[in-house]
Amino acid sequence: MPEFFQFLVSGLTIGAVYALVALGFTLVYNASDVVNFAQGEFVMLGGMVTVFAHAAGVPLPLAALVAVIVSVVLGLSLYWLAIAPARGASAVSLIIITIGASILLRGAAQIVFDKQFHKLPAFSGDTPVQMLGAAVQPQSFWVIGGTAVMVLLLYVFLERTLLGKAVLATSANRFAARLVGINTTTIMALAFGGSAAIGGVAGILITPITLTSYDVGTLLALKGFAAAMLGGMGNPLGAVAGGLLLGLLEAFGAGYISSTYKDAFAFIVILAVLFAAPQGLFGRRTIERV
Amino acid sequence: MLAALRHRYGILLVLAVIIAALPLVFPSSYYFRVASLVWVSAFAAIGLNILMGKAGQVSLGHAGFFGIGAYAVAIGPTHLGVPPLAAMLLGCALSALLAFLVGRPILRLKGHYLAIATLGFGVLVALVITTESRWTGGPDGMSVMKLTLFGWRASGSDTWYWITGGLLLAGTWIALNLDETPTGRAFRALHDSEIAARVTGINVNRFKLQAFVIAAVYASLAGSALALMNGFVNPDQAGFLHSIEMVTMVVLGGLGSVVGSIVGAAVLIMLPQLLTVFQEYENLMLGAIIIVSMIFMRDGIVPVLSKFMTGWRA
Amino acid sequence: MTILKVSDIGISFGGLKAIDGVGFSVEAGQIFSIIGPNGAGKTTLFNVISGIYEASQGRIELAGRDVTRLEPDALAARGLSRTFQNLQIFQRMTAVENVMVGRHLREKCNLFADLFRLPSVTHQNKETRAAALAFLDEVGLRDQADTPAGALSYGACKRLEIARALAAEPRVLLLDEPAAGCNSVETEEIDRLICRVAAKGIAVVLVEHDMKLVMKISNRILALERGRPLIEGSPGEVRANPAVLEAYLGKHGAREAARA
Repeated sequence: MPEFFQFLVSGLTIGAVYALVALGFTLVYNASDVVNFAQGEFVMLGGMVTVFAHAAGVPLPLAALVAVIVSVVLGLSLYWLAIAPARGASAVSLIIITIGASILLRGAAQIVFDKQFHKLPAFSGDTPVQMLGAAVQPQSFWVIGGTAVMVLLLYVFLERTLLGKAVLATSANRFAARLVGINTTTIMALAFGGSAAIGGVAGILITPITLTSYDVGTLLALKGFAAAMLGGMGNPLGAVAGGLLLGLLEAFGAGYISSTYKDAFAFIVILAVLFAAPQGLFGRRTIERV
Repeated sequence: MLAALRHRYGILLVLAVIIAALPLVFPSSYYFRVASLVWVSAFAAIGLNILMGKAGQVSLGHAGFFGIGAYAVAIGPTHLGVPPLAAMLLGCALSALLAFLVGRPILRLKGHYLAIATLGFGVLVALVITTESRWTGGPDGMSVMKLTLFGWRASGSDTWYWITGGLLLAGTWIALNLDETPTGRAFRALHDSEIAARVTGINVNRFKLQAFVIAAVYASLAGSALALMNGFVNPDQAGFLHSIEMVTMVVLGGLGSVVGSIVGAAVLIMLPQLLTVFQEYENLMLGAIIIVSMIFMRDGIVPVLSKFMTGWRA
Repeated sequence: MTILKVSDIGISFGGLKAIDGVGFSVEAGQIFSIIGPNGAGKTTLFNVISGIYEASQGRIELAGRDVTRLEPDALAARGLSRTFQNLQIFQRMTAVENVMVGRHLREKCNLFADLFRLPSVTHQNKETRAAALAFLDEVGLRDQADTPAGALSYGACKRLEIARALAAEPRVLLLDEPAAGCNSVETEEIDRLICRVAAKGIAVVLVEHDMKLVMKISNRILALERGRPLIEGSPGEVRANPAVLEAYLGKHGAREAARA
């Protein structure tokens, strides 16, 4: 039982990060139909910038803020410099552009920072909390709580603000949104900036637990993408559920089945789900119109 | 020369002349090596282009098949005592079989779902290769025995230049053959309108699967050739980034254009060689080049150039 | 002889009945038209008959055999061809290649023969191309055979789809608004084309808004309203039916028309 609870907590912790990456994917995908493979790079940036700013003597909260701002600026640049000029390109071309961006960001990070692994101090110490017989890192609460706050903020923004409604309208039908006077270009930029911020925060929260380096983005992007798919691409709550589910699968899979194949579980499950339900777990079945 | 590129045998002739003539201007064996790399990559890209450019199905996991081919010639002779050439064929058969089994459910998916499923498949293959280190040497890779045929040992960069060049010619010939055949037309038809293809009697699942298996066999052969040439394999060859590199070659060169795949492979293989002067900046430059070329040549180099040359507009 | 028999077909999307209890039968060489206002379910009915949607109730028979659950390609193999209201052209192929795809079921298709392009493939290709050109001639597109289909005009695309469907040498041809967006000259060409097709013994099922065309060439007409059959009969019977007028023009319009 303590073992079970231990796996549960570590699963939810890592799952929360996947959920945030998946949420970033979903936000961008809904606004622009782009699958942004550079999403993992924002997680890397969040962690790396905080680490280096903190090492330079900036207090941790301020360093974190700087990291989020850097992520947002780069997210916006990604949109304005690479996605907006390629408007009308095919889905595959756009995917390749974002992968190019991810390679570029990784290359920039290895020059600006370095190729080493880095750690942040945990926000409220390293003394484990005993819960139901399991030793829980206090940082886990930060990750899970932080994720919950981000999801809640996004929900309030989308449902309660005019700008949020404009984002929803754009994802429902871009053409119609433009007809009623929504500047869809701004909305898309906003989505890229917002998803970069979400990624950055995820990176800051998780770095005290998992460490970070210039190349952690790729695998995170792949798993975030898998989580978004699991939840049904384009469904924000599905993305969160998919991320948590993926984290739990990994933790329990690694705990009870095989830890060497920890990274494989995500993809085995994704394949199994897609074979059984081609629209993801929470995706709507669409009728092909002819 | 442009007019020659409109006909199947024209393209093959031009390609053969280029392969035959290049060594005349190569100053060192390094150039033979880079050119061989281009031929092998182009071979794999041509196969993937049949799937992506003709049949219109994305695969973000094709390096998985490349890796299977590569490790087949590494593991076969070392662990199982299978001669390299037989191992190459076995790898091919394994790739084809796997493509057939995995392709059935995967190819029912569309768009991004197909992308993630193929991606997942590729990542799984790479994970197995990295993890089963008793057989594969793990993340460090393993060495590959030299190819020997009737006592003749294939080694040296010029030898492999001719072998890979010949392979590329054969692969090009087959890909060009497909164009004006019932199978080739079925591929292109289901690419343009799956629904119309179905009501004209095309079994789209069958043809998607055929394209997938063809592309897998191409990738597997390319993987085997590269492994035998290098005398070494490592898991990166099956990894996600290599899958993306293959897709980029196809799209950069021009979806559906066989010549485009060769050009795309040449660009993507030669660029890093040129960029090694920048060392540290290699990734940065590569990323920037991918972005810029996809923005300004979104239809691919060869289609854009041929439109520019002939002034033909659709 | 009855070729196509549709009985009591129904389909619902998310609880909404798009089609309910529709049935009719068509004989070889007949022109059977389905009319009705926008949203009456005409195209949906075509999608059910051609196997794109699966009917939730009812039965479809083709040449006396039950084909209700068959996939579109299997239906095509049994002799059913169709065109689309919103064009479904193979854009990146030339006009003649589009029609050659239509010959798919009439060709031998062997992967290995194709990969090595054996002499038999080259030979068959010549035959297919000749046949395809004949079908293009039939619809008046012979001189645009090698034009990329994406560069053809709207009207030409409509006729190209008909040629592609005819190339399969079907027993039943479903035409979804073949005259939509065509001028009067083009409409007349299509009119003659449909009559020629029927004269060959092919059963034609037509969905069309151009009433003049429908009334002129149809043997029988089925009027649909909101997914349900309104009336089936000869052009004269349908034209005289007040319910049809009302469905099209509303109550007021129907009175006006009756007075005129």
